[in-house]
Amino acid sequence: MADPPKLPTNDGTIETDMVIIGAGPVGLFAVFEAGLLGLKCHLVDNLDKIGGQCAELYPEKPIFDIPALPRCTGQELIDRLVEQAAPFNPVYHLEQQAERLTRQDDGRWQLVTSTGTTFITPNIVIAAGAGSFVPRRIPLPGAEAYEDKSLFYAVRRMADFEGKHLLIAGGGDSALDWLLNLQPLAASVTLLHRRDEFRAAPDSVAQMRELVGAGKCELIIGQIAGIEGRDGAITSVKLKTKDGEIDHPCDTVLAFFGLKMELGPIADWGLDLERNLIEVETESFETNQPGLFAIGDIITYPGKLKLILSGFHEGALMCQKAFKYARPEERLVFRYTTSSSDLHKKLGVA
Amino acid sequence: MAKVFVTDREGEQHELEGEIGWSLMEIIRENNLPIEAACGGCCACATCHVYVEPEWLAKLKAPDDDENMMLDEAFEVQDNSRLSCQIKYTAELDGIKVTLAPEF
Repeated sequence: MADPPKLPTNDGTIETDMVIIGAGPVGLFAVFEAGLLGLKCHLVDNLDKIGGQCAELYPEKPIFDIPALPRCTGQELIDRLVEQAAPFNPVYHLEQQAERLTRQDDGRWQLVTSTGTTFITPNIVIAAGAGSFVPRRIPLPGAEAYEDKSLFYAVRRMADFEGKHLLIAGGGDSALDWLLNLQPLAASVTLLHRRDEFRAAPDSVAQMRELVGAGKCELIIGQIAGIEGRDGAITSVKLKTKDGEIDHPCDTVLAFFGLKMELGPIADWGLDLERNLIEVETESFETNQPGLFAIGDIITYPGKLKLILSGFHEGALMCQKAFKYARPEERLVFRYTTSSSDLHKKLGVA
Repeated sequence: MAKVFVTDREGEQHELEGEIGWSLMEIIRENNLPIEAACGGCCACATCHVYVEPEWLAKLKAPDDDENMMLDEAFEVQDNSRLSCQIKYTAELDGIKVTLAPEF
């Protein structure tokens, strides 16, 4: 049986030179550029893996416009960037969203994530692409009244589903994995999917079909059309099927409609936004707040192109200014990786 | 000039110029109609979901596996649901009518 996904962690309080929000390609290359200047980085990402859109949306799709890489897949690009950043020992804090940002009396930032990890740092870099990945919610009027009470988009505690009459919607790995894990606990389980084909792992699909055959799980082909209940408690769900609308009694719904990207808490950080993009100046990619930078797809400036290569350039320039905040007493000398023995030492090749 | 007719979520119809060789999503997006198209057109999300007028549906190539899998993540999917990034606009589609699906 599939293992339930691991639960998020709180990594304590951490002082560091730079915290990068978003572990996509642009954030990863910023780790490398910062590392060359001797700056230590931590990264925060809401996904359960490194790589952002490249890893989540198109891991197997080829990319052709990375300089000197005529062709590579999204995942291959991420693997290479992780390898390139590795000599600088970045720390990845996954499955948590950057939430509260406050300026301390000493001028440094305090950043707290959704799981309570706390960072103290002079430099925050927003490399969040199109925003953080969050579960796509059911767009029915009134659905939010049930959210986290009887309607769920993720499983935080398996015990919450014990003895429930559970409806799971979706046809991917999340839906099938949780179906297999929760079926022994729940009073009854129904799987709802819009067609009788599933993109989940064939083995999970086979196990699901076995449960259905044994009468331990009901499979309905259709879509959710309405939710009935009161005070946050679902009593039944209206389902649209080939044979018309039916009322399906259940008390708990677990819906998996994939992930969407949204700006999230960053929208409330007092940044200058234009159409949900952060305005920066193009010398150092600093926002309207000193020590708060933004790079990659999430920014806008005259002539901006949403290309990975543009984000690499933006990260390199950003680090020059971030160095001054992290090492105000030191002078920065510009060096090349081809010739500098100091850089070779940092890269671990000396 | 070839045309595309797009009904927005308020029910208003817009007459757009169809650019041969673009995807339907690109035509809709470049005319500043509200279509998210989060993944940029590589069939990796479902945020360019449209309903195609039935008389035009037959002129389109049937959705492939990738498109069907992404449609699984959309809401209010109907028999005439398509991802507009997967529809290449050709001269034969002059006059095609689509409606933007609900956003979520």
